[in-house]
Amino acid sequence: MDGVRLLSDEALVTRLQRAAFSYLIDYADEDTGLVADTSRPGSPCSIAVVGFALSCYPVAVRNGWMSRAEAAARTLKVLRFFSLSTQSEAPDATGYKGFYYHFLDMRTGKRVWQCELSLVDSALLMAGILVAGGYFDGGNTEESEIRDHADALYRRVDWHWAQNGTAGLSQGWKPECGFLHYGWEGYNEALILYVLGFGSPTFPLTSECYETWSLTYQWENLMDRNVLYSGPLFTHLFSHAWIDFRGIRDTFMREKNSDYFENTKRTIAIHRDYGERNPYEFAGYCRDFWGVTAGDGPSVPALRQSGRDRRFYGYMSRGVPYGPDDGTISPWAMLATLPFAPAAALAGTRHLLETYPQVCREDRFSSGFNPTLRCGPEGWLSEGWYGLDQGLLAMTIENHRTGLIWEIMRRCTYVRDGLARAGFKGGWL
Amino acid sequence: MQGNAPRAKPGDDGLFLRRVRPRDWTNPEPKSLYDLVIVGAGPAGLTAAECAARGGFSVALVERDRMGGDSLNTGSVPSKAIIRSALAYDLMRETDGFGVPIPAEPVLDFAAVMGRMRRIRTRIAEYHSVHELAALGVDIFFGAARFASANALVVNDTRLTFRKALIATGARPRIPDIPGLDRMDYRTSATIFDMTALPKRLVVIGGGPLGCELAQAFCRLGSHVTIVQKSPKFLPREGRDAAEILSWSMARDGMDIRLNTTVVGARREGDAKVLETLNYDLKGEIAADEILVCAGRLPNVEDLELAAAGVALDPDCGIRVDDFLCSSNPDIYAAGDVCLPLKFTNAAQSSARMAVQNALMQGRQRHDNSVIPWCTFCDPEIAHIGLHVWEARRQSIPIRSYTVMMTDVDRAVTDGQEAGFVKIHVAEGSDKILGATIVASRASEMINEMAVIMSAGIGMKALAEVVHTYPAQSGAIMLAAQAYRRDVDRIARQATAGEASA
Repeated sequence: MDGVRLLSDEALVTRLQRAAFSYLIDYADEDTGLVADTSRPGSPCSIAVVGFALSCYPVAVRNGWMSRAEAAARTLKVLRFFSLSTQSEAPDATGYKGFYYHFLDMRTGKRVWQCELSLVDSALLMAGILVAGGYFDGGNTEESEIRDHADALYRRVDWHWAQNGTAGLSQGWKPECGFLHYGWEGYNEALILYVLGFGSPTFPLTSECYETWSLTYQWENLMDRNVLYSGPLFTHLFSHAWIDFRGIRDTFMREKNSDYFENTKRTIAIHRDYGERNPYEFAGYCRDFWGVTAGDGPSVPALRQSGRDRRFYGYMSRGVPYGPDDGTISPWAMLATLPFAPAAALAGTRHLLETYPQVCREDRFSSGFNPTLRCGPEGWLSEGWYGLDQGLLAMTIENHRTGLIWEIMRRCTYVRDGLARAGFKGGWL
Repeated sequence: MQGNAPRAKPGDDGLFLRRVRPRDWTNPEPKSLYDLVIVGAGPAGLTAAECAARGGFSVALVERDRMGGDSLNTGSVPSKAIIRSALAYDLMRETDGFGVPIPAEPVLDFAAVMGRMRRIRTRIAEYHSVHELAALGVDIFFGAARFASANALVVNDTRLTFRKALIATGARPRIPDIPGLDRMDYRTSATIFDMTALPKRLVVIGGGPLGCELAQAFCRLGSHVTIVQKSPKFLPREGRDAAEILSWSMARDGMDIRLNTTVVGARREGDAKVLETLNYDLKGEIAADEILVCAGRLPNVEDLELAAAGVALDPDCGIRVDDFLCSSNPDIYAAGDVCLPLKFTNAAQSSARMAVQNALMQGRQRHDNSVIPWCTFCDPEIAHIGLHVWEARRQSIPIRSYTVMMTDVDRAVTDGQEAGFVKIHVAEGSDKILGATIVASRASEMINEMAVIMSAGIGMKALAEVVHTYPAQSGAIMLAAQAYRRDVDRIARQATAGEASA
């Protein structure tokens, strides 16, 4: 990206937001409306990216990048696809019990890679569907149909089934082997999954589910800050892209006299301090070079560098301060913290763009960048773009400026009910 | 009368056997009534025998195999000796980082590694040897024991009558029910130290403490190691952050890690032993030269004819005991792995001391797991004491953790031993320490400071004032307490500012 110095903050952020949004158009399938996981050839659709795309069409209308009619048409196309696609136990269905498989064929919408029926990715999709249902409140046929589909799709999800007769939630299900038993230990990006699961008027989660999850929370004093710990930065951003957690508190946050928004602010401060301390002596790390999170990274053999073992983890959920950290940051992540820490987000983004302009080709941030691995003169850079990164960035920038998505979701009865059933009180509730 | 001599093992040396199971041993003539008969001469039984004998009581100690139990023969002692060799070998790969590169590739001498382990075992066996105990006046009977009544048991053909008895028979490796495994000539902790050659390929079933320790040690010695763990993380007893640091450390060593994976079958293919695995719906195979099974431990209770003595069992832990370590027979106590959920040498020894006090000296000491520290001796070591955060939260105890990363501890930096952290878990709104988790290269030593602090009831405020040597890795504990002080001061300042503005 060129000419960063010449741009005002406003102009810079707008340019980056628009480029991020345009990914969701450039990599959408004409017929199904599904959006590709990455820009790489042959990439399947990630249902979570569709959730972000559905949330971003209103953003595009608001910014004048797309007409309301076009946004409605795009929204309707994909909602029709989800309404009509196969829901069954068949291994190549699109979904089951109202949930959807994590990755779908862009053209046919069938499950690919024998992937899992993903609870959290379905929740991100449903969040986008509820944004669509909330935003398109017009009286015309298209907008009315959008609302009907959105309501039906959300009400169809059998959240209770996903408890598998237990007091908790697993991470997914496969027709070949049933529920997966990956541990959901500690706070993470799944907060929105619980909110949407509780808000369902048809198949809600049972109330003890939230307690089961939050029992594994860790309230830690890290680098002189008290936080509900979760290592990867994105876990502090995803649910917040839809829900404004300022001033609303569940039982845990009341006990700790904090809230989830404040928690993300403190976590960002820890990530900055960590960048400055740079305990593993990675190239580039400083107070304005951070953003350790889930994303693409180098997949190369380990090497010895200046008397240190350097291992690289490929696509991985990286975290601070416990790790894993291989010197890879996600270049979009600093800007995605704009609603929480605007000064830090802008200072970091400007430093990154001025020092390593290659991380933002065509005004879109790459998924991963590692200047420690000297595989070229500029370090290692992830190829192409990832839809999750672009969608999150477009949403979070909009929330910072206008609060558009937050406003839509504040009005959503299901979200309000879900928050209340999870024990949230105060503030805008 | 002569006890049945157990099977000889490779590398047994004469001195070691003289200490743990003399070939020419003759069981003594029994006394008509013993104050205490102890079944099992592992860490719990040996500790109990010494305590009771020094207290002036008549004691008989029955052992069916060798003195020292698993800890000395097949557990803590031999594993730590091998781990030390593995660490030394591993360190040589990294000496360039200290500015002292080794000119030539170091070469492993596996026979020397095992020889060192046996020498160490022999030396440590001296402290609880047959002759040491006999000199204290303990009557030692080699042979299998079974209860004949509420106050008598039989060893071989000899009847021993007691006022009180202590069951300390320990536990043995649990063998999972895997079709074909029984034909695999697999190894357990009981036989792994008999190996005479380093296996090229080793597969370890089970990612608990012992499985992780041995997998990492053999990997560092040069085996290609695959470790298979059923659950999503290693060390199910530990927190996620600790277990993940260990995973990365093992991956760095080059270990092949299979989490969420179940072994569903075993077969031979030529010289190779092949395990069939299932990771959800994904089938896999692992070929190896040796299989090590570390899938938990089962209490040794089957041959004791406990019903004859009215001793009841707990399906999870073995012998059912109350807080005072007394079984359902008021004259029979238990200690160590045969009855405790924490199957560690230190827990066995401390429970044995309490059981003797309670059985013979009108003691009313409660066995309390919450002040027993434990450690998994991987690199980095993972140690814990007291409550975990999730245990506190389950008990509705508000808790916060003060964490210091080892990367922020000067001595860890100078030593190049920066992996890990110290976390001290504190009751919300007070300075009371409820537990601590330490992941560090010397966590096994550092956790003992926490044991002293917790036993003495020292809080975070006072701990922050305790001067430590500088630089020291245990300085991390002081830094955590100082973080507590800053936090409390900040909260107080905010409260004052709030009152002022109100």
